[in-house]
Amino acid sequence: MIETPSDSALEASPQITELPLWKQEGATPFLRIENVTKKFGDFTAVDNISLDIYKNELFCLLGGSGSGKSTLLRMLAGFESPTSGRIIIDGVDMSGIQPWKRPINMMFQSYALFPHLSVEDNVAFGLKREGLGRTEVKQRVAKMLDMVQLDHLGKRKPHQLSGGQRQRVALARSLVKRPKLLLLDEPLGALDKKLREETQFELINIQEELGVTFVVVTHDQEEAMTLATRIGVMNHGVIVQTAEPHDVYEYPNSRFVAQFVGSVNLFEGRVIEDQPDSVRINSQEAGAVLYVSHGISCAPNQKVHVAVRPEKMRISRQQPDQQENCVCGVVEEYAYMGGLTVYRVRLASGKEVRVTQPNISRASSERLTWNEQVYLFWDLDSSVVLTA
Amino acid sequence: MKRRSLFLNTTATMGFIFLYAPMIALVVYSFNKSKLVTVWGGWSLKWYGELFRNDQIIDAALLSFKIAFISASVAVVLGTMAGFVLSRFSRSRGKMILSGWISAPLVMPEVITGLSLLLLFVAMESAFGWPAGRGTITIIIAHVTFCMAYVAVIVQSRLSQMDETLEEAAMDLGAKPSSLFFLVTLPLIMPAVISGWLLSFTLSLDDLVIASFVSGPGNSTLPMVIFSKVRLGVSPEVNALATLMILVVAIGVIAAMWQMRRQAKLLERQE
Repeated sequence: MIETPSDSALEASPQITELPLWKQEGATPFLRIENVTKKFGDFTAVDNISLDIYKNELFCLLGGSGSGKSTLLRMLAGFESPTSGRIIIDGVDMSGIQPWKRPINMMFQSYALFPHLSVEDNVAFGLKREGLGRTEVKQRVAKMLDMVQLDHLGKRKPHQLSGGQRQRVALARSLVKRPKLLLLDEPLGALDKKLREETQFELINIQEELGVTFVVVTHDQEEAMTLATRIGVMNHGVIVQTAEPHDVYEYPNSRFVAQFVGSVNLFEGRVIEDQPDSVRINSQEAGAVLYVSHGISCAPNQKVHVAVRPEKMRISRQQPDQQENCVCGVVEEYAYMGGLTVYRVRLASGKEVRVTQPNISRASSERLTWNEQVYLFWDLDSSVVLTA
Repeated sequence: MKRRSLFLNTTATMGFIFLYAPMIALVVYSFNKSKLVTVWGGWSLKWYGELFRNDQIIDAALLSFKIAFISASVAVVLGTMAGFVLSRFSRSRGKMILSGWISAPLVMPEVITGLSLLLLFVAMESAFGWPAGRGTITIIIAHVTFCMAYVAVIVQSRLSQMDETLEEAAMDLGAKPSSLFFLVTLPLIMPAVISGWLLSFTLSLDDLVIASFVSGPGNSTLPMVIFSKVRLGVSPEVNALATLMILVVAIGVIAAMWQMRRQAKLLERQE
């Protein structure tokens, strides 16, 4: 199930030069969300969201609870109707179209398998509603169960299955109707860690095999990272950033995104030198002048935050040669985690910084310990300035 | 620990004696050979024989069963509909009022229910000639009204425990709300529906007060016949009849409870 890409596969990727659809000018989106707002009484769950999702994408809506991601998904499925705005799927305006008439299927967080029906009948449920012939239903159900490797369990009832098996039945049931768009609500939420990792890759394989457009809702940033072609980070009913996983992590556009996706150290400071391709920021918190190798649009002396990921920092007893982006502090706490060690370093300003270091050396003598004076430093292009 | 279990046992025994001693006495006396109800004359099945030769009682029993069957069946359909509407009436104030109304017949004194139904039937008859007189039809209507409330309450509680995403999943897979009900909702609430039917059946079979108000001449149900017989003096025949009725009601109640347990198990599985 987990296929590590072999070297030959990597070399042979053919359309490596072809831009993905969302980067092409004028590409037609498969799913278009236009200024959609949803209010429940006074509460605005989804606040004027516009979003284009393209064919064969695996788009992740990432957000905490109450961010409006599930409401958005339920509006796509047709269980809620937008207070204002339009949802267009494959060129068809979905307003007023009932859930049972939409070319969409959904995999529910709770799986929502029918407890009184066998696995086969659960999967066949949607096909029977289409009025397909008995033999065709049987064939398609068998094929689908084969794909999710449950062909031997067709006669069982859902309560006789394990969590992972139920999840695969739910997936089979939502895919068997060959929907144009598949919605997945926390698809891996109920699985244990090992099963999650397996299933993540399975989902990607299935998605590529069938060419269905996936929209996944999740609160788990790791899940979003591994699955998605693009991620939309949601907060308070708004999509804060839409970007590819790599960009969301490396170039977050706001403090919220930086903190929500992965962990990050933020240094507050003021811009003292603003060049087209670099910025210098005087940070009291860091106790140093920080240099960032990309330009930003900002007012002079504006308050900004410099974000540095814990793994991009290096930690050392000796003062490094570099003058820029170097701060010093005291090791307050560390946690050895096998592959990594996580340090919590207290700077002179009282600011706490988190640093992770790969344990390259085996020798324990080199390991830093409590109350040691250390220098933290990072490359000039490792940090990001956040104005929002 | 020992003392506590002793205490529990005593309490339970006394409770059960209090509840069942009268019935046990009745059952035992139904096998009494003597014609005098209060004097023990040895074991006999003769009063059961007498009972089955008594056409009045047999007719009344058949009528009662017929009424119970029809009322339970109609009450289940209406009650399920009411319970369904109640549980799906989304969080509005209307729901509170409606669910209050539906359970009112449960706590209403039977005399009042009977009297008000009688008044309604009389008024209806004089207004548009239906139901013509009182009889089986009016008893059935009366029984449906109060049994329906029980069914509605049982079904509603089952539905409120049901995962609503199951219905959404069915819709998502292309089921219209009408077919969705029969394909998903009904099978899942079936245990509640069946126990509602059984409960209605026994309630209808038991009812004396309401039936006395709304029945007409020649339409005496079994409880009515027993009651009138007892007024003329208790005969051992009635003991035999009562024993049989206890049996039927007990079977009904046990079946209803068994259904409830099955339902609880089904719910557990859904977790």
